[in-house]
Amino acid sequence: MTTQALDHHDHHHDADSMDIFGFWIYIMSDCILFATIFAVYAVLYTNTYGGPGIKELTSLPYVLGETMALLASSFTYGMAMLSLYKNKKSQVMMWLMITFLFGATFVYMEVNEFIHMYLEDHSWQSSAALSAFFTLVGTHGAHVSMGLLWMAVMMIQLMKFGITPAMNRRLTYLGLFWAFLDIVWIFVYTVVYLMGTI
Amino acid sequence: MANHHDHHDHAAEKQYGTSPKTLKAYVAGLILCVILTLASFHIVEHRTLSNLELFVALAALAIVQFVVQVVCFLRLNASAEGRWNLMPFLFSIVVIAILVGGSLWIMYNLNYNMV
Repeated sequence: MTTQALDHHDHHHDADSMDIFGFWIYIMSDCILFATIFAVYAVLYTNTYGGPGIKELTSLPYVLGETMALLASSFTYGMAMLSLYKNKKSQVMMWLMITFLFGATFVYMEVNEFIHMYLEDHSWQSSAALSAFFTLVGTHGAHVSMGLLWMAVMMIQLMKFGITPAMNRRLTYLGLFWAFLDIVWIFVYTVVYLMGTI
Repeated sequence: MANHHDHHDHAAEKQYGTSPKTLKAYVAGLILCVILTLASFHIVEHRTLSNLELFVALAALAIVQFVVQVVCFLRLNASAEGRWNLMPFLFSIVVIAILVGGSLWIMYNLNYNMV
């Protein structure tokens, strides 16, 4: 291998590292977004305008189901990455599909909860507490939905291009994003649902 | 030749300043997170603790699970290369603490003075 080829390779590696670092900075900025919404929720959650609070409107076993679905999807995404490193395309595809199904289950359950609340006249317009609730949980749900869309695109690309350095890098981005969403959810279920029930 | 092959292995793990992703780390992370999650829900459903104790216990369980996921799933570490990821991460935690803590502090005082 010539020195030139080595340099070329190293350059690629550095460029990828910089890209991933940039994406990491984006995720950190997204953390700040969630922090502001959490602060708003913490300030407003008692202001229910005479209506029922989060305690009366949510069911803990249901939220535990959502939590487990999202946690499982975080794990199966890890399995997809491990299969990727072993260069097994069909396994990567299978794990991505399982991850997608867990993620879709999570979003479906959350949307279902929202629809129920809305139909029972407990919408974001009912009180400051519910506005804050729908904003916080909804923003997280929107992120997960975007992650699912992204995952679907990744599956199509994987089918078309196979395992390439670019796919490796893109799946690393999505992996960071997906792990980050599960981490934010720890605080959503603890602060909103569990502490809200006390 | 083996070296040559490694350089062009598209599938090989590129760590980007994280610890290597291993099955062991993922399984350990999953088991710990399931236990911690169930513990959080359990103590709220079977309220044997006082409200203050519950708040403290829930916060502690959430922070432990946060650390488990950061170490086992995100694979952050404090190595020389990993520090590039760790520094903005710690900075964000400081900003979040100021944002959330500061908002609550100010709004609590406003609320107190309004009554």
